Amino acid sequence: MRLWILIIITMILSVISLFLGAIDIRFSDLLDLDSDELKIFLISRVPRLLAIIMAGAGMSIAGLIMQSLSRNKFVSPTTAGTLDAARLGIMISMLFITNVTYTQQVIFSFVFSLAGTFLFIQILDRIQFKDVIFVPLIGIMYGNILNSITVFFGYEADILQNLQSWFMGSFTLIVAGRYELLYISIPAVLLAYIYANKFTVAGMGEDFAKNLGMSYKVVLNLGLILVAVISTSVVLTVGVIPFLGLIVPNIVSIFKGDNIRKTIPLTMVTGAAFLLICDIIGRTIVHPYEIPVNVTVAVIGSAIFLILLFRGRAYAKKS
Amino acid sequence: MIEIKELTKRFGKKNVVDNVSINIKPGTITSFIGPNGAGKSTLLSMVSRFLDSDTGEVLLDQSNVKKWKSNAFAKRVSILKQSNFLNVRLTVRELISFGRYPYSKGRLTAEDETFVDQAIGYMNLHDMEDQLIDELSGGQKQRAFIAMVIAQDTEYILLDEPLASLDMKHSVQIMKTLRKLVNELGKTVVIVLHDINFASVYSDRIVALKDGELVKNGPTNDIINPQTLSEIYEMDIPVQEQNGCRICVYFNAHAN
Ligand SMILES: Nc1ncnc2c1ncn2[C@@H]1O[C@H](COP(=O)(O)OP(=O)(O)O)[C@@H](O)[C@H]1O
Ligand SMILES: [Mg+2]
Repeated sequence: MRLWILIIITMILSVISLFLGAIDIRFSDLLDLDSDELKIFLISRVPRLLAIIMAGAGMSIAGLIMQSLSRNKFVSPTTAGTLDAARLGIMISMLFITNVTYTQQVIFSFVFSLAGTFLFIQILDRIQFKDVIFVPLIGIMYGNILNSITVFFGYEADILQNLQSWFMGSFTLIVAGRYELLYISIPAVLLAYIYANKFTVAGMGEDFAKNLGMSYKVVLNLGLILVAVISTSVVLTVGVIPFLGLIVPNIVSIFKGDNIRKTIPLTMVTGAAFLLICDIIGRTIVHPYEIPVNVTVAVIGSAIFLILLFRGRAYAKKS
Repeated sequence: MIEIKELTKRFGKKNVVDNVSINIKPGTITSFIGPNGAGKSTLLSMVSRFLDSDTGEVLLDQSNVKKWKSNAFAKRVSILKQSNFLNVRLTVRELISFGRYPYSKGRLTAEDETFVDQAIGYMNLHDMEDQLIDELSGGQKQRAFIAMVIAQDTEYILLDEPLASLDMKHSVQIMKTLRKLVNELGKTVVIVLHDINFASVYSDRIVALKDGELVKNGPTNDIINPQTLSEIYEMDIPVQEQNGCRICVYFNAHAN
């Protein structure tokens, strides 16, 4: 798939997304500066589109970075506890700080997702049995453990209700003023692009990296920070979107290989397009109601994940 | 010049490398030989900074290799380890291009491209340069790795049993290429070889290790003779001269 074709597809999907919703908005309505339609358009539809694009591109890049750092095709924010740790951080902030501010939540969530992912990479380093399938399964279990902690203490402290919105990935509540945190994923993605070659070299393994004079640890830390920034911004605004960081980089890798500098633009656009499609489906099939995007992504995503597992076992393992 | 000085490495109670001192002569091919477990790989790992020694030191241009900056070191010394696991889907050309990483950080200049082309030429990989690494045979992959190290254009090239998965034709091709790199470009090659005859025919100097200790270190002709060989391998190995090359006929030798 060529980049420019994908960009055109994404643009078409964006237009569809902008004009889709409970209230019918025509293009001509937008020319009237005082119309309610224009207000809805600017307060709800445009922010939603921007949120989808940033979340889709960001999560895909986070997955790409994690796969190269762990040298495992099936490691991603969903399968390494990253998102669960981010959520645990939010819960902890609410538990320990009365009248917790948004900034405090952001910081807690960031620190926890960073520490949580780092811990998983450390666990990976220590286990002997590094089967491509076994590793993400451990990651999913690890994420579930973090999750149970969140639910347990959240339930005890009676703040589970407030946490609910972060459990479910959805763009329904995205309006102007509620998604701007996502903008910090843009510099993170840009940095990922600037340092793309380092991630490729890191993906070749410590021996190659060291021979080429690259400090593996520095790149590892840089990558984990970028992943944590992106994951935090997505979890706090949209909620958890599963599978995205897993599927998108893998699809691109199958067709375009693992030279990250070459694949980053394609991965970003594919991620945005994939999430747009899932969101449009969720908004269309029960119109005028909506199915939350994490559900459509999970259904479509798990199907693709299974395909990747079965036909991809050989591909992911090839050395 | 690389100087290995009284280098010792212990794993548990065993001295895997035991008080070894060697000067690597610039502009030569030095072969490391010796039985399995002699400590050859461990020694190379310490020279290339992959492993810290317990005592002793390795000097590159009079200063301890540990003091070198990673990037500067990667422009002087390259190493291809004994076993390489790569599950990254890169084309052969892309992989070799990453050999230029110490210079260009992956953004290739015209000069970098020349080195990449040259390395591809040396290893005769033209017809597979756009193939993905994971679609190659073990031997083809090994040649791509060697090309990557050649593209790195370091003065010192360390290779740990590079011929392990190669057929005869490509083994000869690689040894000839290394000879060319030394003769024409003044490189210094340190190579661990399993086949004593490749060591005999292509190297200037031979270093023999056994149980972590340095057994012999000298010009090839001083090592490839029945007396010295029997000291190293504990078996009688007749040596025959053929077109000016000394060939060890060890297949039916009598073990002591
Ligand atoms: N990381 C390690 N831990 C413990 N023992 C090791 C380690 N690496 C190598 N050894 C031991 O050191 C000895 C020398 O190994 P090596 O340098 O690989 O030998 P060679 O390359 O000459 O075959 C062997 O007995 C090996 O078992
Ligand atoms: Mg060895």
